[in-house]
Amino acid sequence: MPLSTIASLSIIFVVAVTTFITRVIPFLIFPPGKPIPKVVQYLGEVLTPAVIGMLVIYCLKEVTLFTGSHGVPELISVAVVIFLHIWKRNNLLSIGVGTVLYMFLIQKVF
Amino acid sequence: MSGYKRAFRKAFPYTIPVLTGYLFIGIAFGVMFAETGYSAGWAALMSLLVYAGSGQYLAVNFFTPGISFVQIVFMTLMVNVRHVFYGISLLEKFNKIGRKRWYMIFALTDETYSLLCTTKIPDDVEADKFLFLISILDQSYWILGSVIGAIAKSLLPINTEGIEFAMTALFVVIFVEQWMEAQNRIPAVIGLIAAILCRVLFGAGSFVLPAMLLMISCLFIGRRQLEHRVDQKKEESACH
Repeated sequence: MPLSTIASLSIIFVVAVTTFITRVIPFLIFPPGKPIPKVVQYLGEVLTPAVIGMLVIYCLKEVTLFTGSHGVPELISVAVVIFLHIWKRNNLLSIGVGTVLYMFLIQKVF
Repeated sequence: MSGYKRAFRKAFPYTIPVLTGYLFIGIAFGVMFAETGYSAGWAALMSLLVYAGSGQYLAVNFFTPGISFVQIVFMTLMVNVRHVFYGISLLEKFNKIGRKRWYMIFALTDETYSLLCTTKIPDDVEADKFLFLISILDQSYWILGSVIGAIAKSLLPINTEGIEFAMTALFVVIFVEQWMEAQNRIPAVIGLIAAILCRVLFGAGSFVLPAMLLMISCLFIGRRQLEHRVDQKKEESACH
């Protein structure tokens, strides 16, 4: 261990509290019983699909188109996941095959 | 207790995709953390108390002499700031739940958020128990994965390069599922384009906050059209 037990525990504690704060904020602003404004309700409905779209890109954020492998392993693997999922609609299959394929591509091919 | 048993049977199948994803990326975290010199117990503690995918990946870098707490707080806020907006979609659902909701707020990771928002609660099960079990199950997979990773690292050398793609695959799967419902498509495209645009403009390290803000602005600008579509969809499904 590079740090003492106390220092390590402190880091974990600080990261834990900071993470919890980011998650709890909306619930502190709108506690139970307080009416939720229409506009916030609307945002709550449309935000989910938009956030999931963003998270896909977030996962692929390290891809560089003009250097390295040009995002080809990512493109192939994502395409396979989409294809498999539309075809079979089996979560395990889509995630499992996609991940193993990606690992194979970046370890052995690219 | 019987209510929980029934809720468990109903909730478990919905969590299987997260089980797969969390085992993979939890293992990757465990391996990374073990590489810096921390045993499986530490990985478990971190996954129990922090419980954040990318947050914990980042946090592995904090365990070096000389890092300041200000730096830790700032970097953790930057990587997790998107969570500030997640609760907005769950206010109504969570505010009906009693004290259990404090755990569920703590456990609101990307994956659990996606599940809680997109899963239709079965009719014959109590909603609060069903949602609570989804949250608990997801975290147990995460802890399990990180412990397996840390142990595996100490036992045998494994090449886990690329294993984090499980997280990408999981969100692609959820994205495809969401896409099947037509009223989600415009917000989904807004999210994709805002993120790509901001990734190009701001770089990989700092694009999430601008992307969230751009996304929310677009959703506000298109409110009239989008709200109309959502209402239409609701009326349709009410008729069935």
